[in-house]
Amino acid sequence: MEKMKQLFKKNNKNQALSFLLVIVMYVAIEALLKTGNLKSLYTSMLVPVCCYCIVALALNLVVGVSGELSLGHAGFMSIGAFTGVIVSGYLSNFIGSQMVCFAIAVVCGAIMAAIFGFVISIPVLKLEGDYLAIVTLAFGQIIKTLVNNIYLGYDQAGFHFSFVKNTIELQSGGKMFISGPVGATGTTITSNFTAGVIMILITLIIIYNFMNSRQGRAVMAARDDKIAAQSVGLDIVKTKTMVFVLSAALAGAAGVLYGLNFSTLVPSKFDFNTSILVLVYVVLGGLGNMFGTLISTIVLVMLPQLLRALNDYRMLIYAVLLIVIMIATNNKTIRDMITGVFNRKKAEGEGE
Amino acid sequence: MSKEYILKTENLGIDFGGLTAVNNLNLKIEKNQIYGLIGPNGAGKTTVFNLLTKVYEPTRGKVIIDGQSTEKMDLVAVNKLGIARTFQNIRLFKELSVLDNVKVGLHNQKEYSLVSAIFRLPKFGSAEKEIESEAMELLDVLGLKEFADFKAKNLPYGKQRKLEIARALATHPKILLLDEPAAGMNPAETAELLDTVKFIRDHFQIAILLIEHDMKFVMGLCEKITVLNFGEVLAYGDPDDIKNNPEVIAAYLGSDE
Repeated sequence: MEKMKQLFKKNNKNQALSFLLVIVMYVAIEALLKTGNLKSLYTSMLVPVCCYCIVALALNLVVGVSGELSLGHAGFMSIGAFTGVIVSGYLSNFIGSQMVCFAIAVVCGAIMAAIFGFVISIPVLKLEGDYLAIVTLAFGQIIKTLVNNIYLGYDQAGFHFSFVKNTIELQSGGKMFISGPVGATGTTITSNFTAGVIMILITLIIIYNFMNSRQGRAVMAARDDKIAAQSVGLDIVKTKTMVFVLSAALAGAAGVLYGLNFSTLVPSKFDFNTSILVLVYVVLGGLGNMFGTLISTIVLVMLPQLLRALNDYRMLIYAVLLIVIMIATNNKTIRDMITGVFNRKKAEGEGE
Repeated sequence: MSKEYILKTENLGIDFGGLTAVNNLNLKIEKNQIYGLIGPNGAGKTTVFNLLTKVYEPTRGKVIIDGQSTEKMDLVAVNKLGIARTFQNIRLFKELSVLDNVKVGLHNQKEYSLVSAIFRLPKFGSAEKEIESEAMELLDVLGLKEFADFKAKNLPYGKQRKLEIARALATHPKILLLDEPAAGMNPAETAELLDTVKFIRDHFQIAILLIEHDMKFVMGLCEKITVLNFGEVLAYGDPDDIKNNPEVIAAYLGSDE
């Protein structure tokens, strides 16, 4: 009973809603898929939407919960995606089960992204605000350029690696995992919608568990007031590193999901634009608001598809709509109207 | 052997550019003592707090907490040594709940790893339970129990000051620094706060150093008082000595010059 009560506390309402949303959406879409009522235009978007949801949630951990701006999250996706492609391509030689391959690839992608996250957090988290944002931006560019120049293949003799120029000659039966700017080709597609939804749910659990722990509280405290946080003995750099690495790992896992959803994947997919798009989802969804992030991500990723009928004007209308949505969600009157509809009961129960 | 001092400063001083904000300060605070630091506006009282807690690095002299010099330590390290404070311009974790503010104070007292947090291992449950009950206890001491679920920024001003005290106490300090705890409170609240501060000292067995402008509050509470003026010690003694010290009266009311 106590647990039930807790579930409906103000704070937990948002969490319950997030899980509910994901599960309901999943059931609804699965039903549409089974009955064949979903256009192929949309089915091809399902896994990318899941992927962007995870990255947006991960980025909200950095931007919303810890209050630092990161413009390089596409970099972590990229690391995750290409690690995933390599691991999954390599393991498929030994392991029959695609599911197991995929799961291991996700874990490896997350770990690799976490390692990079940790390495860049060393110089980055000593900086603050705009400076930090600019360094993460540069990091994203570096990763893109690096991956653009990597040639990696595998055959009976083992891995072959070259940088900048492709000098690899594989024996017959060998496979190129990454070929520079062309990226990964011939990847076996092992991602699917169900895996994506499970990953969103796991991400939500990790993020909420983190936010409701002593580490999560410490991060939010450091965001609200740095001096006060230090005065109660919080090591701010340590807590922020923790969030950054966790967020990088989640973004990496999302990258794997994305990378294994396409048979070809170019490194330039994960450029500055992608980082900014994800940031837009986060800002629109609300800083620190995971439920809002899910909604805004789903809407904004699908929007260009819905506007397809507009042909050449598509991105123009998309941009205009984005501006309108941003203004509307920041207008107090409109916002009160929307929250009023959802929270009529809450207003009555205030002051409890 | 000399008395045990929980906090001692030796010729402590700081300059900002060419301006000497604090100079030659020698404080000696005993265990379980309530000590007052008073002086006119701009005398350097809050600067002293910032020196003691390492918000500022002293230009001269040193601070010794519980026998240990705080040289080369930062804010975090001196807090771990046993010094906790409140702020003149309230610094709460605004977006967190009242309860969570205190829980943050308990961060280093009851620990568990990130892994047990994310996977909700048994260690998490037991530690969180202890954190919750201790945080509620502290809120109870300061009369904030019923506000536990409020966001800190939505508390009335006086209660925000009390929450800062609760948060500071959560770090299990040996000495607590209160920067104008009664500011913005009405007489009834101030009287209540006076009892609370005494209770805190007796209950937690800690020393308290406070800055305050409300003379009734200071005189009724402090066992020893140091008066600062223009960054230098003007007088030191019992409340009665201070009350009748002509220099102190002149500094507060303004001299004829």
